[in-house]
Amino acid sequence: MWPVWSQTNQTSNRLCSCFLKMACQGLQKGETLATLKKECESLKKKLEEDRGKLNDVELHQVAEKVEVVGALSIKTRRVLKGHTNKVLCMDWCKDKRRLVSSSQDGKVIVWDGFTLNKEHGMSMPTTWVMACAYAPSGCAVACGGLDNKCSVIPLSLDSNENCAAKKKTVAMHTNYISGCTFTNSDMQLLSCSGDGTSALWDVESGQLLQSFHGHTSDILSLDLAPSETGNTFVTGGCDKKANVWDMRSGQNIQSFECHESDINCVKYYPSGDAFASASDDATCRFFDLRADREVAVFQKDSIVFGASTVDFSLSGRLLFAGYNDYTINVWDVLKGTRISMMFGHENRVSRVRLSPDGTALCSASWDNTLRVSRSFPHE
Amino acid sequence: MTINTLAKGGWHREQMTCFQKMEKVIVAMQDPDMGMKMRNQRLLITVIPHAMTGHDIITWLIQKYSICEEEALHLGGMLLKYGYIYPLKEPRSIVLHPDETPYRFQTPYFWTSTRWPASELDYAIYLAKKNIRKQGELMEYEKERYSVLHKRINHTWDFVVMQAREQLRASKQRRKADRIVLECQEQAYWLINRPPPGVGNVLDMGLERPNNFSLRVTLNSDYYKREIETCRRALGRNRVKSSICLEGFVKYSEQYQNHDPIMQGCLPSNPWISDDTAHWTMNAEMVPTPTRLRVECWSFSFMELLKDVMGRKEFMTYLEKEFSGENLCFWQACEDIRHGESSKIAEKVEEVYKNFLAPGAARWVNIDSKTMDKTLEGIKRPHRFVMDDAQMHIYFLMKKDSYPRYLKSDLYKNMLAKAIIPQETKKSVFPFMRRQRHSSPSPAQAAAQATEEDGRGKGAGPAGTNSDV
Repeated sequence: MWPVWSQTNQTSNRLCSCFLKMACQGLQKGETLATLKKECESLKKKLEEDRGKLNDVELHQVAEKVEVVGALSIKTRRVLKGHTNKVLCMDWCKDKRRLVSSSQDGKVIVWDGFTLNKEHGMSMPTTWVMACAYAPSGCAVACGGLDNKCSVIPLSLDSNENCAAKKKTVAMHTNYISGCTFTNSDMQLLSCSGDGTSALWDVESGQLLQSFHGHTSDILSLDLAPSETGNTFVTGGCDKKANVWDMRSGQNIQSFECHESDINCVKYYPSGDAFASASDDATCRFFDLRADREVAVFQKDSIVFGASTVDFSLSGRLLFAGYNDYTINVWDVLKGTRISMMFGHENRVSRVRLSPDGTALCSASWDNTLRVSRSFPHE
Repeated sequence: MTINTLAKGGWHREQMTCFQKMEKVIVAMQDPDMGMKMRNQRLLITVIPHAMTGHDIITWLIQKYSICEEEALHLGGMLLKYGYIYPLKEPRSIVLHPDETPYRFQTPYFWTSTRWPASELDYAIYLAKKNIRKQGELMEYEKERYSVLHKRINHTWDFVVMQAREQLRASKQRRKADRIVLECQEQAYWLINRPPPGVGNVLDMGLERPNNFSLRVTLNSDYYKREIETCRRALGRNRVKSSICLEGFVKYSEQYQNHDPIMQGCLPSNPWISDDTAHWTMNAEMVPTPTRLRVECWSFSFMELLKDVMGRKEFMTYLEKEFSGENLCFWQACEDIRHGESSKIAEKVEEVYKNFLAPGAARWVNIDSKTMDKTLEGIKRPHRFVMDDAQMHIYFLMKKDSYPRYLKSDLYKNMLAKAIIPQETKKSVFPFMRRQRHSSPSPAQAAAQATEEDGRGKGAGPAGTNSDV
């Protein structure tokens, strides 16, 4: 059947011609791969034109009447030490103080961020645990990485019990897991992978409920929409595209191709009407879902390194973005300007997340630590 | 462009972008008109041309990019870390000092991006040269690496030594200044590409990402057909004028500004600043009296009201007064089906049908006949989304009718009136006294206790309420 996809350059040439032959099957009379490709391209061009038609004003113009955000006073209040290698991901618990982190060292740690207590420490049978998520109930965590699987681990309070032993494999992909999140309950899990697909799973049975195809390269991030009908999510990846999906039908309902390089992170605006993305092209962008277009680009000539992660403050006014030059930049979403810059990490910032009530910001880094910082306007 | 795009290995993608950008900065710094002023630098008895001080670098960056000193120091520091600039006097101290410390631009020949990835053969030749020149007095770690290389590429060792001798001979024929410069440049290159132990490898890029030539998905006819389908659907999409959408963001941020602790602080104090958890206690799921901000939030949108456990409870009280409580119960039951275990779907759908949809049901909900027919048909083969249409209908019914009336009701108004506005905690008079940071019961603990009580058949309350804790 289909040959096993290998990444080495020697076999890829052979495989390319093999696939080309197979690709010609399934075509209608008069159709060739070239005509389909051409039709696709002309439709995309028309789509861009249509999107531009209702563009009657820019965001920073609308925001002219809005008061400027003053300088922020940002200080680190907690440094979480415990991982022995790069921290790749973290997620807050709904209780606003606990958090889970995962690392290249293969460990997943649950912390009480407030007291710095390590409550659970679990070893995964793989290094590079790139994704972790806290369950809405606070009773379990999910994690996955180079093992191509996403597992759910119930958090046991019995100190004699090894949490990892109760680990349950839920998601299975054919390449690394880059992101995961529970949907509105502990019972369903969304995963995205280096295999270019994302999927929805039933936690109890491990059954695949829906899979989502459309990306042509590794997916690096996903986020669930906070909308009232709660049925969509967004993904971003190495094909430079950000796609919005309908969970129920599996369809790709909106697609944005504006970045010039890999999209490392996507995150919804709190109202669910927009989302932000962070990319290796050193920009973060803001996409309006109702207007169906990119409405802001957050960039500066002095920022030359890729952005790896973004999150909004509670009101959506501020965008916190972590970069590969070890810094975090704080952007005014409405005016498009940078308000503040945070230093402190000694290596790349891999993840930034505001706590559920917006009182603190947690940043995870390749310097093996996590930092919890607080910020408020300068007097 | 000096980037070797056809380098072996898939690494060039990620680096290309940031290296390209750094190189742009470097080229601008060396611009004859707008670039930096350079000067001669005395190194022992030799004069090295085209050097600059750390202070010069920072001043130039501040002016060029309109940034502050801290950022300029950081950006300049990164240029150093990636080998575009190297320190002249202390080559191993790859730190940018904002003073008279001299630095020099690395020659493009030795840019990391030019000869990516650094080859073992080249490193072996470099160490061999150094070994000969210093008559065996290499640094410890260099000695180790030299012997490892000697074993690994033993088959080409004659070539390595020959090359090393050739290069040393050629360099002896250069002017002293040129020779010193070349040695500095080469040393700087290897300090970045083969850092000493203990120094972080700045070129660690993490996991390899696919390059452009190996897509995860085959671009066959199926792929293009699906893309065409997606495009057609996208073209038919209803779009909203930008002015309306963007105004929406302004309004949202304004509305939530007071609720955003970063924009407006929080009362009585931010627990992460004061170490006092009063803010969390006052805003716990169930409290006797909620805070004013919280009750205000319920009026922002129907979703905010339903998201809050307490808000939902209040709304239920109101609906029951109006004899339409079954609507909210139905909605909750549908949510439970949508987000619950797959194995329980059939039985839950059955329950919902019995309680809410069957003719003469105890809590019959009023859905239009078209939706009702469709739902009843779907129930014959129950699945996760079978209640979606009915649920949506009831949701919008509540949102458009009951919700606005609730906001105008005495029930809500009284709640708002008696809601607490916490007093701001004055900053501690003795800033050095740190409060004790109390731990809190883990949500997992609360749930475990609730399950335990269930097991004992004691009719447990909702998870999270523990009278013993």
